[in-house]
Amino acid sequence: MPHKRLLLGLLLAPALLWLFGLIVLPHVDLAILSLRARVAPGEYAPSLRQYGTFIEEPLYWHTFVRTAVMSMLATAFTLLLAFPIAWTIAKIARGRARSLMFVLCLIPFWVSETVRTLGWMILLRESGVLPALLVQLGLTDQPIEMLYRDATIMVGLVYTSMLFMVVPLIGALESLDDTLIEAAYDLGGNGWSILRQIIIPHAAPGIVAGCIVVFMLTLGNYLTPTLLGGKNSLWFTEQIYTQFITRFNWEQGAAFGFLLLILSTAIVWAGLKLSGQRFGDVMRRA
Amino acid sequence: MIPSLPRPAWLRAGTVFYAVLFFAFLFLPLAVVAVFAFNDAPYPAPPWRGFTLDWFFGNASAQRIGLFADGPVLASLWTSVVVASWVTLLSVLVGTANAFLLERADFRGKAAVSLLMLAPLVIPGVILGISILAFASRLAQFADDMWGLELEFLRPGLPLVVLGQFSYIVSIATLTIAARLKRFDRTLEDAAYNLGASRGAVLRTITLPYLAPALIGSAAISFLMSFENFNTTLMLVGSDPPLTVMMYGRMREGATPVLNAVSLFLMIASAAIAFVLMRGARSTQA
Repeated sequence: MPHKRLLLGLLLAPALLWLFGLIVLPHVDLAILSLRARVAPGEYAPSLRQYGTFIEEPLYWHTFVRTAVMSMLATAFTLLLAFPIAWTIAKIARGRARSLMFVLCLIPFWVSETVRTLGWMILLRESGVLPALLVQLGLTDQPIEMLYRDATIMVGLVYTSMLFMVVPLIGALESLDDTLIEAAYDLGGNGWSILRQIIIPHAAPGIVAGCIVVFMLTLGNYLTPTLLGGKNSLWFTEQIYTQFITRFNWEQGAAFGFLLLILSTAIVWAGLKLSGQRFGDVMRRA
Repeated sequence: MIPSLPRPAWLRAGTVFYAVLFFAFLFLPLAVVAVFAFNDAPYPAPPWRGFTLDWFFGNASAQRIGLFADGPVLASLWTSVVVASWVTLLSVLVGTANAFLLERADFRGKAAVSLLMLAPLVIPGVILGISILAFASRLAQFADDMWGLELEFLRPGLPLVVLGQFSYIVSIATLTIAARLKRFDRTLEDAAYNLGASRGAVLRTITLPYLAPALIGSAAISFLMSFENFNTTLMLVGSDPPLTVMMYGRMREGATPVLNAVSLFLMIASAAIAFVLMRGARSTQA
């Protein structure tokens, strides 16, 4: 039926334009860019020079490893902090309290990350609210600078990721049948064994979905580390920005971008393998 | 543990205590931003020097430039609105076509296409930005070399920002709309065809009205995500920055409470959108 083929073509065209024009081809181009080196003005040859620079220059791979480790830590902290709240909302709170708590979790994330980071800066900088409070309470003599520390970056990252953990966790915990927990309790299970043997296995898909999204967002974050960490933040996205925009060294920036993409894909893949889940299901859940 | 099981008093108290702490953590930065928009001081920092509306209505004669007299901030706010409107329009249109493609059409390679549609969600925003930047500039170079064409829209600027944001926001719109289309009862369409309705009439009177909540919801989400986007935008921005990029620049320099004022304005605006959406969601459920 030619009519049907025409319709299919019309539906397929925007999708293919989007996927190839904005996703596939640009990334292929980025790969090519990262694998060439300038030999003369306007002349390029295939080369691994950019990846060599990454390995030889300690600053670059230190930053890379540091970003990965901090992102994993931030993901773990977010999970630990989000779990009790998700549990409270999914299982303990009832009626109005429950919907109120859920909406309260969402509201801060309707406001842009820039605004939230501004809040943290006003709270934590040397002339800010918390240092002044500490002086008033007599805990410190002088206001202390709380910005530009790793712990501060961590607080900012956990804060900004919270929603993306809470929502999939609530979804996963809601679907757990209360009678399973009651049965486990009647059979002599205690809080810890019920958590380990019933709740966590059941919630695993939600936990993995939340962790993947949070890890991804943290790894690719730029705003929070640069503003809360200043020059000490050493975040890998900053290196990409510096190479691309400040130094105009696109080949190097492309190589860094690819390394970050490989790392993030590898971790997402490992998370899916470990929990035996499929990518499509996880993304739809998140 | 769940309410149907005995919970010791310390655990109940602990749950409430933790919930209070958690929500304090969520709202503290926002509260601080809002409060210091009214502080009568040149910087958003303690101590409290009295209430003022200067940071909203001040102008050159008051020695303080308030939000409604700050040309660059107002211009960037408008830029953000324009960009977000384009992104919303494109995302909802293409997202709807994609949803029909995924739920109604059958073609070779459908599984691959549907998986590829999720990929933008796991690519860090910075990398989406640089890959589109590099690819667009290669196209511009190519057009210049081959035909001597100067394609201005392929250089960093608002058209690229729109495309960059669209490239992943459309994934979210597609998921939202496809999820609703999946639950649609197709016998309704069959009934309409049996009663003699044309294809266009069925789409207009049956399918699209059914999809309306998902269309409105995904439009709101697209607008908000575009408005808040920073990572991808930063890489593609030209000479007129949207609000997030503008705020970022000023925050690095140490800004006046004008930023608090514009932040408060944003909080109120997004709260209003959220409120309207939730009321809408409730009325369609009833």
